[in-house]
Amino acid sequence: MAIFQVPNIKIVGISACVPEAEFDNNNYDWISEKERETLIKTIGVEKKRHAKKGTTTSDLCNIAADNLINDLNWNRAEIDLLIFISQSRDYIIPATAGLLQEKLSLSHTCIAFDISLGCSGYVYGLSVIGSMMATGRIKKGLLLTGDISTLNTSYQDKSAFPLFGDAGTATAVELNNDANSMMFNLQTDGSGYDAIIIPDGGIRNFANKNTSFEYHKISDGIFRNNFNIALDGIKVFNFSLREVKPNINKLLQEFELSNDDIDYFVFHQANKLMNETIRKQLKLDPEKVPSSLESFGNTSSASIPLTIVTELADKVKNSKLTLLLSGFGVGLSWGSVILETENIVCPKLLIYKD
Amino acid sequence: MNITDFIKKIEEEFEDIQPNSLSLNDILEDKFTWDSINALIFLAHVNVEYDVEITADELIKSVTVNDLFVLVESKYQKTE
Repeated sequence: MAIFQVPNIKIVGISACVPEAEFDNNNYDWISEKERETLIKTIGVEKKRHAKKGTTTSDLCNIAADNLINDLNWNRAEIDLLIFISQSRDYIIPATAGLLQEKLSLSHTCIAFDISLGCSGYVYGLSVIGSMMATGRIKKGLLLTGDISTLNTSYQDKSAFPLFGDAGTATAVELNNDANSMMFNLQTDGSGYDAIIIPDGGIRNFANKNTSFEYHKISDGIFRNNFNIALDGIKVFNFSLREVKPNINKLLQEFELSNDDIDYFVFHQANKLMNETIRKQLKLDPEKVPSSLESFGNTSSASIPLTIVTELADKVKNSKLTLLLSGFGVGLSWGSVILETENIVCPKLLIYKD
Repeated sequence: MNITDFIKKIEEEFEDIQPNSLSLNDILEDKFTWDSINALIFLAHVNVEYDVEITADELIKSVTVNDLFVLVESKYQKTE
């Protein structure tokens, strides 16, 4: 069982950046007004940010990281590790982390690589950056997460289009011998690989000029091609309702903690119905479970840090908190972490003018 | 599992259904929009209320309120 601790690692700053353009789901005219009302109420997404064509996740992460480094007064030459977690990279090859190392003017002695994960990416990312830094020589590291999901979502797909928003985030991590351990429980079920999938454009289904671009009717209100995100709502829903609660409860039990020891539970922002159901399963007060869904939608691996920046900034800046973060979805991949933050740097939400 | 209770909770869960208007032999599609969104709301409801998991195929096969009750009850007993 992948339950483990990472010692001596401290989050010292979190920032987030979203594109300027806002899409209001009340203007989503692909479906009827009545259907739109039910949909907005159920998924809880009123507005979300849409990147313009040509803007990449790395552009958003670059702004988030650049501002965070400045606010922290970090010496860029001392940043020895950059991890970029995304499923919307700049190019098929090379990895995007290298481009970010260059844009951020980091040293050539800096490790930089990508990890391909979505909803669970932030929690997984903390475990990777933490474990590498806990070996003792790497003192400063950057975890950059996010996705641009709106560009490959079909407007004529009511099951996906209204849900997703774009965002990029940066988290600054330092080696600190006084820091309490981060505690993780990470899991995977690859049998559900097709529950959230873009089928074509990889090596399995190479891009095909005839079949990849062709729009198919999947069901009423759902038309898409094989480059679009395909979401099996009920499959993802059942998976999340089945797996998230035991994952969190096992983690708490293993380290002899209870819900009362946690100040805030920050969940991946999947959709309101799913997040509310998980909250009720765990019997948590709404005040302990912040949400950014209403204004930003589901932002994949950015959703946890984005929610911290938009909903908890005053708290993380001015106090000591014990947080439980939990990400779940595409993969299928899920995981939770319990960690402490104390007076971290948290710049106001940044806007990318694309 | 109590049938009256089961029906009452469904009436509370869906705004489109008036209180005390639903009965066991009602056809789901006649009473409210039995679409994918409402199916998800129903899944979430029975998960929290009875701790049972229903698949898409099982939902599609359910035509009446009674079908839903039998489905949920069969799983509820297994988990008890």
